Amino acid sequence: MSNRARTSPIRIGLVHLALSAYTLIALFPVFLTVINSFKDRNAIFRSPMQVPLPSTFSLVGYKTVLGQADFLHYFQNSFVVTIVSIALVLLFGAMAAFALSEYRFRGNALMGLYMAIGIMIPIRLGTVAILQGMVASGLVNTLTALILVYTAQGIPLAIFILSEFMRSVSDDLKNAGRIDGLSEYAIFFRLVLPLVRPAMATVAVFTMIPIWNDLWFPLILAPSEETKTVTLGSQIFIGQFVTNWNAVLAALSLAILPILVLYVIFARQLIRGITAGAVK
Amino acid sequence: MTDIDTAPIKRPIRWHIGVFLAPAFVVYTAIMILPLIETLRLSFYNTVDGASTFVGLANYQVLFGEQRWSHDFWNALVNNLIFFVIHMCVQNPIGIALAALLSVPKLRFVAFYRTAIFLPTLLSFVIVGFIWKLILSPIWGVAPWLMSLVGAKWMFAPWLGQSGPALIAVSLISNWQYIGIPMMLIYAALLSIPEEVIEAAEMDGITGWSQFWKIKLPLILPAIGIISILTFVGNFNAFDLVYTVQGALAGPDMSTDILGTLLYRTFFGFQLQLGDRSMGATIATVMFLIILAGVSFYLFAIQRRMRRYQF
Repeated sequence: MSNRARTSPIRIGLVHLALSAYTLIALFPVFLTVINSFKDRNAIFRSPMQVPLPSTFSLVGYKTVLGQADFLHYFQNSFVVTIVSIALVLLFGAMAAFALSEYRFRGNALMGLYMAIGIMIPIRLGTVAILQGMVASGLVNTLTALILVYTAQGIPLAIFILSEFMRSVSDDLKNAGRIDGLSEYAIFFRLVLPLVRPAMATVAVFTMIPIWNDLWFPLILAPSEETKTVTLGSQIFIGQFVTNWNAVLAALSLAILPILVLYVIFARQLIRGITAGAVK
Repeated sequence: MTDIDTAPIKRPIRWHIGVFLAPAFVVYTAIMILPLIETLRLSFYNTVDGASTFVGLANYQVLFGEQRWSHDFWNALVNNLIFFVIHMCVQNPIGIALAALLSVPKLRFVAFYRTAIFLPTLLSFVIVGFIWKLILSPIWGVAPWLMSLVGAKWMFAPWLGQSGPALIAVSLISNWQYIGIPMMLIYAALLSIPEEVIEAAEMDGITGWSQFWKIKLPLILPAIGIISILTFVGNFNAFDLVYTVQGALAGPDMSTDILGTLLYRTFFGFQLQLGDRSMGATIATVMFLIILAGVSFYLFAIQRRMRRYQF
């Protein structure tokens, strides 16, 4: 009886209708950009809604982008910054989370609270002084500056999520390790870290998205040609080629690609991480 | 924390705790906390005769007292409030509704819907900003064409270029991008409601709509509280979307100027206006206080009163 009420075909049909309608809204702009990036200029304007046909197919936009701007270099910068920052956030965050969740010591709660400030207060508000500090230490226009900022930005949330997970690692296991004579470092690296890998993946996704997409800090701390990230690079490129729609659409499509690939890789971890109680 | 440890057993100093904590503590303190404090401090200083001098609240007097500054500031603050209200009224309810639909039991294609709806959240502001600029552009004509399908072509206007609708248009673009976050968090909260609770409700004949309103909604209120405060912090610190869609000047005629873009222009300057470090720090401090007020309100007034159900 109750099961029939929950799965009546009409109701399910309406649910599908509503969800597909919104899916269409979510995907349409991306779809439109990608199909038009493969068309010639006339076709883009004459019939924007049409998929590229053999007669209208053209790669001229991609040729302009790859020929004019140093996109490969920008991609490389973005990859370096994102990957190094995530690695540092995970390592430092996990170490601190372990200290806070495993040991009782004076100031533990206070330290946890201090680290949590950064979850709510955005690091951007300190930009004035961050820039000053980077100028003073000669780090302006280096990728190191960006990596440092993103590491600091990611650590609070990483500690928060990882310490929730580390509390659930069995004490018996750790104590068995201690009796076997493992040092505290070995317990952390060899016993605990492998067990919280799913949580690490969640943190990696949450940390990666804002870093890859950030425009503020690259614009302020590392705007030089050498250190431009792909977000800043495409922003400036599009600004210059604003009337060359082929190039703009191709640049946009290229910028969508890597995040799409990463998302497909991490999507399942992300859902699992959220539902497993990262956010309660 | 009970004091079991205070027994007079002489313990060796546990160096490893320090080693575990040190890297995170040092980076976080040096790059985040100290600059924040330094920024707050800088707001009380200004350059007088080429030297940095303590000026008390003079910067704040300029910000709130001088016509030119206060006009820009209040304009940005009001716009930011509208920006926030639109997020709360459009993005979060739709996100909750989508999550409720997704959590219908035994629904097919859930993974596909979820992925598709979350996709815009992953895109950078640069991509989102330019895609929507192109779509809403009267030159390309995609938006008017779409509206003509539903017979509403007459309603089309180049919204991004009109000072009234521009702010609403930018807010809606931002909603489109970020709807995935409330959807995911609420979806996770809905999934964590135990099956027994739902079954008990069904035994009592509470199904469908009334089940959502009477059973599920009260249970996901804490999650709704979290998305509200996340929206608040995110909005009062937003910058990128306005910058990519409307530029640093937040045109037309500053009608889309929010605190983030005001801070950027003030600190770095644009065109003829020179960057002003002290006023930048002052605006950052005011933003800090606004966010702090919002977060404290949430922590002390809302979260404490919220009933949490333990299953």
